[in-house]
Amino acid sequence: MCLGIPGKIIEVYEQNGLKMGRVDFGGVVRETCLAYVPDAQIGDYTIVHVGFALNLIDEDEARKTLELFNEIGLLAEELGEEPDESAP
Amino acid sequence: MKYITEYRDARRVREVLDEIHRITTRPWRLMEVCGGQTHSIIRHGIDQLLPEQITMIHGPGCPVCVTPQEMIDRAIAIASLPGTILVSFGDMLRVPGSRGDLFQVKARGGDVRVVYSPLECLAIAGQNPDKEVVFFGVGFETTAPANAMAVHQARLRGIANFSMLVSHVRVPPALDALLGAPEVDVQGFLLAGHVCAVMGFWEYHSLVAQYRVPMVVTGFEPLDIAQGILMAVRQLEEGRAAVENAYARAVVEAGNRPAMELINAVFEECDRNWRGIGLIPRSGWQLRAEYAAYDAVRRFPVGHIQTEESPLCHAGEVLMGILKPNECPAFGKECTPRKPLGAPMVSAEGACAAYYNFGRFERASGAAS
Repeated sequence: MCLGIPGKIIEVYEQNGLKMGRVDFGGVVRETCLAYVPDAQIGDYTIVHVGFALNLIDEDEARKTLELFNEIGLLAEELGEEPDESAP
Repeated sequence: MKYITEYRDARRVREVLDEIHRITTRPWRLMEVCGGQTHSIIRHGIDQLLPEQITMIHGPGCPVCVTPQEMIDRAIAIASLPGTILVSFGDMLRVPGSRGDLFQVKARGGDVRVVYSPLECLAIAGQNPDKEVVFFGVGFETTAPANAMAVHQARLRGIANFSMLVSHVRVPPALDALLGAPEVDVQGFLLAGHVCAVMGFWEYHSLVAQYRVPMVVTGFEPLDIAQGILMAVRQLEEGRAAVENAYARAVVEAGNRPAMELINAVFEECDRNWRGIGLIPRSGWQLRAEYAAYDAVRRFPVGHIQTEESPLCHAGEVLMGILKPNECPAFGKECTPRKPLGAPMVSAEGACAAYYNFGRFERASGAAS
């Protein structure tokens, strides 16, 4: 019940007074309660547990984390280890 | 898939692992407290790619595994009552109670159903006005927003034939209990990313200050886990202890405010028994008095529950990180996913099931270089 993966919000609507939506997990679409992510918009990515969106994925932070990994790669290069290819 | 593929990039994972190898000079034992992370670590063999000095210990992070047997037995007793529909997350159906499991109740003709979201229970209650619909509300902080909303909506909409058997657990008091247990030998923690997505990580600073152990908020993809381990090892090697966030794209310090508000409106802290571990003070959530009408324990007095555990099962030591699953004498012999003795062999998030399903039958620590 805790294997939450990010999905993309593809539809937003209201049902019984609750903000709801449809979220696409790489082709599998699930109805999801969006009550806890009031700012959610179509196109946002979210992590969903047992039918509830818990957050919105922060694109800037996601990019920063990947840049950090790239720096580690550059560091390894500086230390004389062979890089496989240039960082994207 | 966006936010998945790039965090499974083998070259990037290799680079982070190389960095861990480069900075590690001493033996360290790190614990993850999340069944999803345990599953990911074993599935991707991350523990086997770490330096020999680093041991990953799998803590009590599987919600199915730590649900006390008394609650399983109570769910079975309620499900066996005529006129009730017991609704649960799928993982719970095969967890052994003292005498059988929920699947056996279903096989005997009981109405036991599985849902993806607790909100589905309200529709089931509406469709079955002459039945009592009981949801088995288990889980950590990750399922609490959903369970709180189901109870709250039932009250708002006046759905009287719905109730919840609540067996919620919280991570921070469990870490406190583990850190205070002399037999638990752990120097750093990976914090469960999605628990922190709900609750934030402000609660952990006092634990770090008290016990001087690094805690790193960590995600679930191989790159996230490698990064969490790297940040924990770096703190240990530098003699620091702080709460750090390796999962900033999904977690902020303050957590999800609307979710925490509803959780606090519906639930209050309580002492809770953890299966295999025992009573941990203030480690659970129960329904507040305002929601007592929706408490299945009050609505269905099923009498005294006398629990009985398999004497062969060492789940408690596995959950505390004292035994690796494959160090249990019953592992893969008397106990398999098809015929589990204890809950950790049942759930996909259980450490025993992860070891079994990914072929970890060797008793060696699994460290490879």
